[in-house]
Amino acid sequence: MGIELLGKTNIDFIGKRKYAFIFSVVLVSLGIFSLVQMWRGQANLGIDFAGGTSVQLKFEKPFQLDKARHALEVNGFKDSELQQFIEGNKLLIQIKKSEMTGSEGKVADKILAVFSKEFADNKFLVDSTTEIGPKVGKSLRDDALIAVIVSAIGMIVYLAWRFEFSFGVAAAAATFHDVLSVLGIFNILGKEVNLLLVTALLTLAGYSLTDTVVVYDRIRENLRLRPRDPLDQVMNSSINEVLSRTIVTSLTVFLVCVALVFFGGEVIHDFSLALLIGIVIGTYSSIFVASPIVYEWRKGKKVKIRTRR
Amino acid sequence: MWRSIQLRAGLIVAFLALSIIFLIPTLVDPLPKWWGKFLPMEKINLGLDLRGGMHLLLEVETQKAVESALDKYASEIKDALAKKDIPARQVERTPDGKISITLPDSKANDRFSQVRADQYGNLKVASFREQDGKFLYLLEMNPKEAKAIEESAIRQGLETIRNRVDQFGVAEPVIVPQGDKEILVQLPGIKEPQRAIELIGRTALLEFKLVDEENSLEDALKGNLPPGSEILYQKVAEKDTGVVTRRPYLLKKRALMTGDVLTDARMRIKSDFNEPYVSLDFDNRGARLFDQITAENVKKRLAIVLDNNVYSAPVIQERISGGKAQISGSFTPEEATDLAIVLRAGALPAPVKIIQNVTVGPSLGQDSIDKGIRAALIGAALVVVFMAVYYGLSGLIADWALFLNIVYLMGAMASMRATLTLPGIAGIILAIGMAVDSNVLMFERIREELRLGKTVRAAVDAGYDKALFTIIDSHVTTLITAIVLFQFGTGPIKGFAVTLSLGVIINLFSALIGTKVIFDWINLKKQLKTLSI
Repeated sequence: MGIELLGKTNIDFIGKRKYAFIFSVVLVSLGIFSLVQMWRGQANLGIDFAGGTSVQLKFEKPFQLDKARHALEVNGFKDSELQQFIEGNKLLIQIKKSEMTGSEGKVADKILAVFSKEFADNKFLVDSTTEIGPKVGKSLRDDALIAVIVSAIGMIVYLAWRFEFSFGVAAAAATFHDVLSVLGIFNILGKEVNLLLVTALLTLAGYSLTDTVVVYDRIRENLRLRPRDPLDQVMNSSINEVLSRTIVTSLTVFLVCVALVFFGGEVIHDFSLALLIGIVIGTYSSIFVASPIVYEWRKGKKVKIRTRR
Repeated sequence: MWRSIQLRAGLIVAFLALSIIFLIPTLVDPLPKWWGKFLPMEKINLGLDLRGGMHLLLEVETQKAVESALDKYASEIKDALAKKDIPARQVERTPDGKISITLPDSKANDRFSQVRADQYGNLKVASFREQDGKFLYLLEMNPKEAKAIEESAIRQGLETIRNRVDQFGVAEPVIVPQGDKEILVQLPGIKEPQRAIELIGRTALLEFKLVDEENSLEDALKGNLPPGSEILYQKVAEKDTGVVTRRPYLLKKRALMTGDVLTDARMRIKSDFNEPYVSLDFDNRGARLFDQITAENVKKRLAIVLDNNVYSAPVIQERISGGKAQISGSFTPEEATDLAIVLRAGALPAPVKIIQNVTVGPSLGQDSIDKGIRAALIGAALVVVFMAVYYGLSGLIADWALFLNIVYLMGAMASMRATLTLPGIAGIILAIGMAVDSNVLMFERIREELRLGKTVRAAVDAGYDKALFTIIDSHVTTLITAIVLFQFGTGPIKGFAVTLSLGVIINLFSALIGTKVIFDWINLKKQLKTLSI
């Protein structure tokens, strides 16, 4: 026999919207802050956007991060960023654009030479090297921007067609909320903005809409069944009715993302983490943000919801 | 009803069989011999990030090809004028891509105008002025001709690189043009990335130039470079210490012969010193030219220059006919082999610059595959257990749909020869998580209908009907992003978009048909009073 996570609930979600809005404004501000940083060129952009070199090494024996850093500094790589993965004795070295100029294709070689010399007693394999010229970085950046804009337009158009305009706008707002929140949180965590993160954010945008659509569908259905009830009541009971499915659907995706974060390896760790955080925020926003926006928009007006089926 | 169940079950089984057939070449190695005769051989491709390998984006510096065409014009004009005894000073390419010509008097100018009209009508006069009795011309190339040169530089570059890679021996390389001036090169499973870069990125322009023995090298090094000459260097490695020094040479700028007359180049070993060198064979024209050059310049030194590096500058002892020469230097056997390859494949018409290089070693690739599979198994196990616990027997039906989903997805990928990347594996895992979403939506709806007191059969039907549009809506939004990512993403991200969008579409099928048919069948066989959901 099945289990029910939540019995019949009766929570006043619309009534609590003020707290939710405050919380969301904080989250979104973090995101906008990191956007501004990006625009001013101060954000932590990955080398795929900024241009630069990254080298990942896999050592035979455990090594000291400080020693690696010192070795690079002594040999003229002052601005390198190092990240150590204890599992597998791995070291990721990234050097952003400025040092690339004029010597493209040579930075990785130099780094390898430094480590062969300084870590002569600890052999290493080259896991990967990546070198990206500034021009490619720019075109990847442009492509990412176009992808974000096109998919945003696509989703708004689809939702506006399927639902009332106010729902489409509110759903889009909730989606931007989710994306910006994750961006802001990543900024605070000091993670870099790279192609994989943008991919994660776009995926998240698509997925977070799923939850919102589930709630909207029910609101629309109930508005038809109970045309005389006040909007907040209809919304509240709709959200309560679909609460358990909203949580369960998120939970299954949450579970696989946990598996990805902990077992997927370092290459997609941040990507999976973004999805994981995003799913939590997306679930929150579909309950506490998406519907209350529609409520604020329409509370004074006579409710007339177009129903296309 | 029974008929409809049979039909749907048939569809499910047919797709399942198809998927498994498509998957077998990926999973079974080697295949039995009879397989290829009437069954598909397509495999799921592993992306470079999983397989290990090298991804290079090269920018062809096409303006250099235009410049060398201008250089060629300049030297031709110079020859033509010299032949007709027209005195001209400074026939040169200017830095902004024109040819400047200065004529000392009006007589020379008249005769030059004749030559220009007869032979070089395709060069336009960009400017002309008279100054102190001299006549100064600036000629420029027709933009159409320049464009054609640039395009052919890309085409030839592509062809040359393809030749080099073929001769180097890489399985399944990808070498395609991208954008206006770029060439994408993907070399899966390459073991010596550095060597491959040397091989691909080298211009390999071979030139034979005379050493300028009339002027002093010391003077030239101090800055008094005689016109028509240049300083190039030879790298000399000390045998014992390995210290590399650069030895300067003063050479005549003009190349007497270039590598385009080669028919073959091979690595050989000098038997007495056990030293590798590269032997060159010229074609008829080259052999004639070489014969003539050596005959005219006995006792002079002829430098062999590759990409503006001097390799050797032997004294011509006697006229050499027979169309053979050799390049020696202190090569390792690999260096000599690679040099022979690039000479055989020919020079790039314009130098290339590596603007993107992503190299993944085989260790990381295998590591990523292992971790990806582990994460997928753990993720799938978590979901399967959760569904079974939370929805009881109905949960098992959802798990069945999940199984269908994964097999269909892999089968579809194999049939399309899609490329699986690490983010692609993440896409599959994500699709696993989403696959049960549709079932969750339906099950919750069925629970609601049951609560209203409907019979099991009515509740199942109503649940499916009412959840249908929600399910479609929610899939479409994910599909939109997946398609956009496919359009704008590169490499690994494209792999993610492929698995995610396929996953979403297959998901719709397996959720709407794969599970419903089981419920219908159960309902038909027994009149259920209660449903484990």
